[in-house]
Amino acid sequence: MQLARVIGTVVSTVKNESLHGRTLLVVQTLDRHLKETGKPMVAIDSVGAGVGELVFWCRGKEASFPFKREDTPTDCTIIGIIDSEGHVTNNK
Amino acid sequence: MILARVVGNIVATQKNVRYESARVMLCQQITPEGEDTSYSCLALDSVDSGIGDTVLIVQEGWSASTASTGKAGAAIDSAIIGVVDRIDLLADLPS
Repeated sequence: MQLARVIGTVVSTVKNESLHGRTLLVVQTLDRHLKETGKPMVAIDSVGAGVGELVFWCRGKEASFPFKREDTPTDCTIIGIIDSEGHVTNNK
Repeated sequence: MILARVVGNIVATQKNVRYESARVMLCQQITPEGEDTSYSCLALDSVDSGIGDTVLIVQEGWSASTASTGKAGAAIDSAIIGVVDRIDLLADLPS
């Protein structure tokens, strides 16, 4: 799992049937000092995250587990919203 | 598996239901010599690790989910599965 900031949304009308009703968000992965690392990615939301929020995401096959797992095509899913930046930056 | 140092604890009220009652730890990957690498990640704790501990992290879904929640099939890709007491390297051994 990685920390990330939601930096945008993706609108897609024609998509796999099992993605209907799902929100696609653009996330920028962050390191433990909340600095950007790597390129932005598109993730499916499973917790109701919004633009600007600090979240964490899960990669790989496990990313489809919050949904109907056999037929949800995703390799990156937002699975938690971090309560505040202080919960990360106050750590050593 | 990777070696890492626990550097923090993440608080998230809104999260996947399978994460409830688990602790999400912020971890910094280290080399066997103890130096920080450029990689950090979050992992579910299954061994009661604490900040400052050197730990072993498994980054494979089935193992991570089974270790930290007791059941496979959760959206978990990394789990702390051991606290490292000591690392012995060939280079440090007396010849």
